Amino acid sequence: MPEDLNWAVGGEAGDGIDSTGKIFAQALSRAGRHVFTSKDFASRIRGGYTAYKIRTSVDELNSVVDRLDILVALTQRTIDENLDELHEDSVVIYDGERSWDAEVPEEQIALDVPLKSLAEDAGGAIMQNVVALGAACEVAGFPIEHLDSALEKRFGDKGQKLVDNNQEAARKGRDYVQENYDHDFGYSLDTTDEDYVLLNGDEAIGMGALVAGCRFYAGYPITPATNVMEYLTGRIDKYGGTVVQAEDELSAINMALGAARAGARSMTATSGPGIDLMTETFGLIATSETPLVIADVMRSGPSTGMPTKQEQGDLNMTLYGGHGEIPRFVLAPTTIAECFHKTIEAFNLAEKYQTPVYVVSDLAMAVTEQTFSPEEFDMDAVEIDRGKVVDEDSIDQYLDEQGRFQPHYDAADGVSPRAFPGTEQGAHMTTGLEHDELGRRTEDTEERVQQVDKRNRKVETAQREEDWSPREFGNAEAENLVLSWGSNEGAIREAMQDLDVDVRFISVPYVFPRPDLTEAVENAEKTVVVECNATGQFADLVERDTLTRVERINKYNGVRFNADELRDRITETFAAESEATA
Amino acid sequence: MSSQAHFTDFKSDKRPTWCPGCGDFGTMNGMMKALANTGNSPDDTFICAGIGCSGKIGTYMHSYALHGVHGRALPVGTGVKLANPDLEVMVAGGDGDGYSIGAGHFIHAVRRNVDMTYVVMDNRIYGLTKGQFSPTSREDFETSTSPGGTKQSPVHPLALAMAAGGSFIAQSFSSDAQRHTEIIEQAIEHDGFSLVNTYSPCVTFNDVDTYDFFRDSLVDLAEEDHDPTDYDQARQKIMDFDNIYQGILYQDNDSVGYEKRLGIKEPMNEIPDGAPEGAMDLVREFY
Repeated sequence: MPEDLNWAVGGEAGDGIDSTGKIFAQALSRAGRHVFTSKDFASRIRGGYTAYKIRTSVDELNSVVDRLDILVALTQRTIDENLDELHEDSVVIYDGERSWDAEVPEEQIALDVPLKSLAEDAGGAIMQNVVALGAACEVAGFPIEHLDSALEKRFGDKGQKLVDNNQEAARKGRDYVQENYDHDFGYSLDTTDEDYVLLNGDEAIGMGALVAGCRFYAGYPITPATNVMEYLTGRIDKYGGTVVQAEDELSAINMALGAARAGARSMTATSGPGIDLMTETFGLIATSETPLVIADVMRSGPSTGMPTKQEQGDLNMTLYGGHGEIPRFVLAPTTIAECFHKTIEAFNLAEKYQTPVYVVSDLAMAVTEQTFSPEEFDMDAVEIDRGKVVDEDSIDQYLDEQGRFQPHYDAADGVSPRAFPGTEQGAHMTTGLEHDELGRRTEDTEERVQQVDKRNRKVETAQREEDWSPREFGNAEAENLVLSWGSNEGAIREAMQDLDVDVRFISVPYVFPRPDLTEAVENAEKTVVVECNATGQFADLVERDTLTRVERINKYNGVRFNADELRDRITETFAAESEATA
Repeated sequence: MSSQAHFTDFKSDKRPTWCPGCGDFGTMNGMMKALANTGNSPDDTFICAGIGCSGKIGTYMHSYALHGVHGRALPVGTGVKLANPDLEVMVAGGDGDGYSIGAGHFIHAVRRNVDMTYVVMDNRIYGLTKGQFSPTSREDFETSTSPGGTKQSPVHPLALAMAAGGSFIAQSFSSDAQRHTEIIEQAIEHDGFSLVNTYSPCVTFNDVDTYDFFRDSLVDLAEEDHDPTDYDQARQKIMDFDNIYQGILYQDNDSVGYEKRLGIKEPMNEIPDGAPEGAMDLVREFY
């Protein structure tokens, strides 16, 4: 595994944990280091333990690990919650002057820094977390100038004075450790000349939407999808679009549908409970052949479940949800950068095939900030395909003998022409009722079969004409096969760096249509499917598709997989095989 | 408009399946006339409807239209108008669609004040499911699901709209073709959300709220000294549950449609062929 440092700041919700962590992550990123962050948090505004964790290395990082080297603890609970991850060289920074008596286990190095007093000296107690960052720089052997740059970014628009005060506060923390602890902590963080950007999965979805030409977003706030809406707010306007905060998810998806019918590239994002509410309209979107992108940023369910915890429990929901048989596409980006690319792909698929498209992401990606080279977001490679849109000049060929536009014309490839409202001679209706080619209600048996076949034929056309390839890692000839969908890719890739067994890893970003894995599964001695749910929803699909039994590695305690545990569990799974066959 | 549309241009070649004598015929005719009289054409009009007898209207009219799920026609209309403010958006529904399953959206559509016209065909009964009480049914109204009366107070849609900050609140009667058409014309011309609650009698399942009942009880505000721009006068009339009125009860002349307040100027249907110019700036923000 890469040589890394694991750092965290924790306290009560409301202590500014998030922004403190983000500043440090930004400082590391600006120093040309890779960063992979995670969060422990609860669904409340104040009170309750929360932590922001950063893993950093000069090498690429794709996972969390279960080790903490430096912990800034603003509460005792922060220490207690992380005992398992602390080791004998771990350093715990805390403020001994505060009302709580910190009990740092003897094995760890306790660094008592008067964060609050030093912050007051620098201009205000509110900067105590920044004092801690300065202290952390000293412990980690990280040049404080990079922290300066991050503080500049964070506070620059609020005036130079505030920037100066914060930079001063950071120095007080650093100096205090220098003067009071004559100790070599053994850490040194190298910097590089690389320029990285630091973003999370929700931001990547939002940026993908903007780049794809999304002009309308309607949503209702829900963890962990809200960040998509917050990202688009204030940015989409610059492109002539808008964000509407609807009164509920039912309204949100119907507004998005209305905008799509009007010809805008349109989307909504939500999490499981919101998908439940949107499902009736999902059927209408498919039946009325309206292009729409719906991002499901999964969290732990069912019902309210664990709103701030990770789970990949919505696969069946997005694949099968809704009464009747609903054609759809389900994309599941496997990394944060892929959240960007798959969102663009989703808009093209939606419009080319006039079909709803789910982009299924999850909490692990939504709350993780990860560094990428800007080239990962290659804007020159972005292609926009709006499908069969007709205008005043081309509409003639799509009118019936009575001059009526046929929005559900039974085309050979299943894809009918589309006329945006305002197009002359294009006036037409559509409906969630079964309809004829003109979009008018029918219960005629032949027309029913024609329209069902036509809608399904779009999916067949897409299956044939689009690229649904998975991503491959490891040794393609290996007899051990690891399969996964969605966000587990990074942790599995890192686990593979330390595996004693030789594996082939296929990471699947498409739930429907999905790549045919039959040959890969048949060629393998043993296949294991890794996913963050209890029942193995993707494993069930693989078994059904390939008619072969697979092993399963599941996790459903609300915490994402990390590379360490996957290394052990994958090894165990394949070792069990060799024993069995021996 | 390039050429003046005639109201029959808004008629589709599908024959309505409404019962003979249904109020919805008159309601729809008034909508078509009002659309034509205000200079709209089928190609720049969008009709949204929900479920129920009222929901069928998109099939019988000719324009761009979406017949959606039950109770959600207002959000659809909102999306259409925001995405293309050049379109004339009209939403049609019934008392069940708008005031029962869609009541939540009704309140928020009123206060959001998007420039569209909402015509509610209020017959105080569920017709398509063959005669159950609706949210506007009287308390003593006996139906298959309310054998001893509904035992609950009816919704007062105009009062709900006023409480939600409505900027145009009106009521009409499908059988008074001229007044109904005039009222919808003014609703179309209003900048903001216009509610027109249209009494549209069900001749099959409602033997209480009949044509005769409405003819006898409706008080036309045109014959009264009513100033719809006077909030207090409007409030008095709207909260007077002992009488029912025809006409514009309230209109806020300073109303500005939500789409204008959001600064939306152009239809959103044109986008670049690739990533927008300067797209790398979006990436650099994350530096």
